[in-house]
Amino acid sequence: MDKFNTFTGIVCPLDRSNVDTDAIIPKQFLKSIKRSGFGPNLFDEWRYLDHGEPGMDNSKRTVNPDFVLNDPRYQAAQILLARENFGCGSSREHAPWALEDYGFKVILAPSFADIFFNNSFKNGLLPIVLKEEIIDDLFRQSTDEEPLEMTVNLLDQLLTTDHGQIPFEVDAFRKHCLLNGLDDIGLTLQHVDDIKAYETRRRVEAPWLFTE
Amino acid sequence: MSAKTLYDKLWDSHVVRTEEDGTSLIYIDRHLVHEVTSPQAFEGLRLAGRKPWRVEANLATPDHNVPTTPRQGGVEAIQDPISRTQVETLDTNCEDFGITEFKMLDPRQGIVHVVGPEQGATLPGMTVVCGDSHTSTHGAIGALAHGIGTSEVEHVLATQCLIQKKSKAMRILVEGKTAPGVTAKDIVLAIIGRIGTAGGTGYAIEFAGSAIEGLSIEGRLTLCNMAIEAGARAGFVAVDDKTIDYVKGRPYAPSGETWEKAVAYWRTLHSDEGAEFHRVVTLDAALIKPQVTWGTSPEMVVAVDQVVPDPANESDSVKAEGMQRALDYMGLEAGTPITKIPLDKVFIGSCTNSRIEDLRAAAAIAKGHKVADNIKLALVVPGSGLVKAQAEQEGLDQIFIDAGFEWREPGCSMCLAMNADRLLSGERCASTSNRNFEGRQGQGGRTHLVSPAMAAAAAVAGRFIDLDDLNIR
Repeated sequence: MDKFNTFTGIVCPLDRSNVDTDAIIPKQFLKSIKRSGFGPNLFDEWRYLDHGEPGMDNSKRTVNPDFVLNDPRYQAAQILLARENFGCGSSREHAPWALEDYGFKVILAPSFADIFFNNSFKNGLLPIVLKEEIIDDLFRQSTDEEPLEMTVNLLDQLLTTDHGQIPFEVDAFRKHCLLNGLDDIGLTLQHVDDIKAYETRRRVEAPWLFTE
Repeated sequence: MSAKTLYDKLWDSHVVRTEEDGTSLIYIDRHLVHEVTSPQAFEGLRLAGRKPWRVEANLATPDHNVPTTPRQGGVEAIQDPISRTQVETLDTNCEDFGITEFKMLDPRQGIVHVVGPEQGATLPGMTVVCGDSHTSTHGAIGALAHGIGTSEVEHVLATQCLIQKKSKAMRILVEGKTAPGVTAKDIVLAIIGRIGTAGGTGYAIEFAGSAIEGLSIEGRLTLCNMAIEAGARAGFVAVDDKTIDYVKGRPYAPSGETWEKAVAYWRTLHSDEGAEFHRVVTLDAALIKPQVTWGTSPEMVVAVDQVVPDPANESDSVKAEGMQRALDYMGLEAGTPITKIPLDKVFIGSCTNSRIEDLRAAAAIAKGHKVADNIKLALVVPGSGLVKAQAEQEGLDQIFIDAGFEWREPGCSMCLAMNADRLLSGERCASTSNRNFEGRQGQGGRTHLVSPAMAAAAAVAGRFIDLDDLNIR
């Protein structure tokens, strides 16, 4: 996983609550056995007017001009602004894969669904929970004619725009992993002795859990 | 010692280590695997030169992509080449890593959340995970069970553990007796209608109260299955005699002396008197009526004798906009009685409602009737090969076939339409599944979530019908 560095990017406002992972990446694209290449089909059913299937040439499809991702102002946006309960529904990690593959690095919302929130960190995607009032302000600012630019500084936990600075909270462990691009499995395997000791104890306490 | 919640007990018994900030390493007893969320995890293992930590803790079966039409041609005969590749990839991965798999033609194959409990692969007190959000289902057995993403699938394969922080504890009490015709599905839809799809976010939910105690294990599986639709990764029910009777004699369940020892422990798996919860919600079971969703989120739900709600009556403008968008997508007008909504298709199946009791409930309604003329397709998809065999032994298949339903092979099917079973744009479906999201059952498809009894009644009537009509049948 790449290290999460400070960057400045455009904020793309997606004004819907309860955006589910079926909407983020529809099921027909889940048949891939790879982790990459989902970006062109991010929000497929909202983004295009025709029905998308894997293997299609997406550059030849009819785009929905009314969908925010197709608005010229938000091309190359790296920060997605959303409403409450973003990422609800299916546990598919294809959702953060698609967002990341498209180019998003940060998602701002008043709340996220648990599994999506957790999956995002594993893929270098930073979900940030902000108060409803701040989200409302950002929606107003990002729908101006000039797109809103924002600098995301994870180390100092600070978002900066022309309108001011917004501090944010992040779990210390997850921050450490993102900043250093750490792989969870490698971290866990540092505790092999603890896992083995736990298993030894459980084999006595709860032998029915160990059939081998 | 202070009083513990069931969640405390399940959590505490699985902590391998805890860091200062509360981040814990949690041991996973059972890992269930299917074809959609595992290929990238196995690939990750290969690339890192790793092996599964404990092969025996894993159990796999293909379910999302498999066809529900006759399978004599085997995996090679799956028409969609991408679906076929995914099923083949699961077979290869399980063979390469030595993981037990109930392959597509195995009589035990089925939806992973039906197969786990059915085999006794899910036991009380276990931690159970799977790369599927409906893993919360297994909490019905008194297990701590939740869905994970593919990175975590790889993490569990490689380490048998997950890195987690403890959730908050919520208790949902459903007290009293439900009216006839009101099922576990109606209870859980009513709960979601009450607390909302984000109501359980950050919580693990314990379902309790006399109405929950009164449910069969299959009813509790339906209930816990939809905990995730209330936003909670995990939902569970305390162990009681029903749980122990259910588990006894299943292929993966212990026997002899180990059984006795296990039962003694399982009987402690309930919240202690005086245990504290971060939130308690209480519902009166007697007030719950058969539920039908009208919108594109499971919280958009009303009783069958109500009307489609009006966004104009919603004070929160973001919510009102969401309601209007849902009405537009669903092709419905505010004020329309639920019983006046005509249907095109009916789907009885999914990890929510495809067990034998679900099929019996639907068959009891369908018996002696015919699917209405306006219903283009009424599908019954059993949750596993063993459920299918049991239903056929009881003659349920013939009841469905005589009534004009199609009787299919087990799998996820039209719940998420990854195989050939799907809605066409604009088609409206009464479905026993768990999600009514836009496009879930096919692009442009319109889903109404209901119980198996309601789905069968809707197939016969061609529209939703209310409780009294249901009773007359």
